[in-house]
Amino acid sequence: MKKLAIAGLFAALAVAATGAQDKASAAEAGAELPEYHWSFEGIFGTYDRAAAQRGLQVYVEVCASCHGLKYVAFRNLKDIGYSEEEVKAFASQFTVTDGPNDAGQMFDREARPSDRFPEPFANEQAARAANNGAYPPDLSVIAQARAHGPDYLTALLIGYEDPPADMELGAGQYYNKYFPGGQIAMPQLLYEGSVDYADGTEATPEQMAQDVSHFLMWAAEPHLEERKQMGMKVILFLLVFTGLTYALKKKIWKDIH
Amino acid sequence: MSGLNTNNRVVKWVDHRLPIFTFMKHSLDEYPTPRNLSYFWNFGSLAGITLVIMIVTGILLAMHYTAHVDYAFGSVERIMRDVQFGWLLRYIHMNGASFFFIVVYIHIFRGLYYGSYKSPREVLWALGVIILLLMMATAFLGYTLPWGQMSFWGATVITNLFSAIPLVGQDIVVWLWGGFSVDNPTLNRFFSLHYLLPFLIVGVVVLHLWALHRFGSNNPLGIDAKGPQDKIPFHPYYTIKDVFGLAVFLIFFALFVFYAPNYMGHPDNYIPADPLQTPPHIVPEWYFLPFYAILRAFTQDAIIYWPVSWLMSAKLTGVLAMFGSIIVLFVLPWLDSSPVRSAKFRPIYKQFFWVLVVDVLVLGYVGSQPAEEPWTWIGQIAVVYYFAHFLVILPLLGKLERPKPLPKSISEPVLKGGGMAAGATAKPMEKA
Repeated sequence: MKKLAIAGLFAALAVAATGAQDKASAAEAGAELPEYHWSFEGIFGTYDRAAAQRGLQVYVEVCASCHGLKYVAFRNLKDIGYSEEEVKAFASQFTVTDGPNDAGQMFDREARPSDRFPEPFANEQAARAANNGAYPPDLSVIAQARAHGPDYLTALLIGYEDPPADMELGAGQYYNKYFPGGQIAMPQLLYEGSVDYADGTEATPEQMAQDVSHFLMWAAEPHLEERKQMGMKVILFLLVFTGLTYALKKKIWKDIH
Repeated sequence: MSGLNTNNRVVKWVDHRLPIFTFMKHSLDEYPTPRNLSYFWNFGSLAGITLVIMIVTGILLAMHYTAHVDYAFGSVERIMRDVQFGWLLRYIHMNGASFFFIVVYIHIFRGLYYGSYKSPREVLWALGVIILLLMMATAFLGYTLPWGQMSFWGATVITNLFSAIPLVGQDIVVWLWGGFSVDNPTLNRFFSLHYLLPFLIVGVVVLHLWALHRFGSNNPLGIDAKGPQDKIPFHPYYTIKDVFGLAVFLIFFALFVFYAPNYMGHPDNYIPADPLQTPPHIVPEWYFLPFYAILRAFTQDAIIYWPVSWLMSAKLTGVLAMFGSIIVLFVLPWLDSSPVRSAKFRPIYKQFFWVLVVDVLVLGYVGSQPAEEPWTWIGQIAVVYYFAHFLVILPLLGKLERPKPLPKSISEPVLKGGGMAAGATAKPMEKA
């Protein structure tokens, strides 16, 4: 058993080395992040439907004009508490290009639940042309593509400040202390009351930033709840299984020791 | 080979023509195994089971994956979102790679501690080193497939290593890429090879087991079995012990798969590959970090590079050292001149063993850090020590060290109580 503990120590050290790697890359990424509390953290974590729905509203009204969400389908929105009918109605406000039809033409039609969020620009060049040369990234997995994703996104969205005196900002650049290098092409977009929340929540910049980060975490990991719930069952099973095999091992080995 | 104990006529009929049931009985059931194996001997079977888990999840993932630069990232996202339990398959496969290396590294260090590589098990050990090399190649190729930023830039950095080969290096790199940069032909061949290599691993594992069963397992005392009283049949004793070990392993594995599936990965790999944008830090997966540190230790101004600077480039030196750090394991059985296997009876070797463990952990940590002081010189010292351990310390130790007296047989200390050797020839041992 002592030796098993040593083996465990090896594994722990290996894991710690990975953690060190995390910190090294975080240090690179600008100012230290504040820590927010998220309902999806922890072993029983679940998404807060209301926060995710508010976040969807922020995404659609503020972010979607520049940022795509191309891996998320409208039908997925049922996960965050919308009914079939609501999803249908929501999708119908979007237009997608379909085709070719029998005449060989592409055509525009109302989006259906099976469609994915349409992309804001026809291609990367169009996106850059409209954004001063910068390419707004797709947000489908952004919450996983940054260390401490939801904390980082929240901090970034409200992290705009005047640049330090010795910093020369490039043309069309804004200062944000959480962005690697400090210069970001995205201006501050969340101001007091930027959206009018359907559920009456006060739309402070921090509230909106947290809500949209919550939504984007769901967009990046739609199966998080299923994963954690299954994990609980699997671990409980394994604990019982381990106990049984240990008892059996003791019994079988009784006359050997 | 004892006869098959069965009245099943079909089994008898088949076994007479293809003695597969006799073979299974011989090598899985009554296979004589030292009675004193510790839990460190669980990691061999764990590695085998992990290999099976990787192959099964990998085959299922391949049914949904698209090996094309324009679709690879999207097909992985489709697996994560729309494929039934696709997220589970992918998280098992991703974390399975890490756990495979954890298990195999413990297995290797167990072999180092108890001298499992010594005569007559040199070929068994060498086959294990080949498995390690194949595993590393497979893991590297697999990490490329999601076509994220680390996939792309990792593939670029590692394939570029071959450009250090004099004269033909650049041509070899173009040949590996199938073009003039890492691109669609590269991704396609990497997928093909990533699917192939695990089956080669299975083949070498069969040879590894064949060689193992020739003389049977080594054991914590490192002495040969003197007779039947030193051995017990594999089944049920080690089957149940391995199943119990597997259960414990699966708990740790499940904790990562279900509660920290991305902890051992790098967030940058969720950014689609962009050949025009280099990430600020290109770091390999954690299990390659010690080797990455060895590779990076040989810089133009490094003292350890000076002795060979007239002969080859710093880059080539680093590449050779990195591969050399594994190749040296092939000759380990001849570098270690001590006739005593187990570190239990080698008081000085035991200490050097632990220094080597710490050295490798230091190398791993240095590999995770940016190439800045003080990490560069710490890395250089650790590299020198790594090679000194195998090339200088082990050959000398065999001559200088005075091993403790060995117990007369395995069953003696086991039967007469924990770790105590009796008999006139052996003094009481320290408890390890």
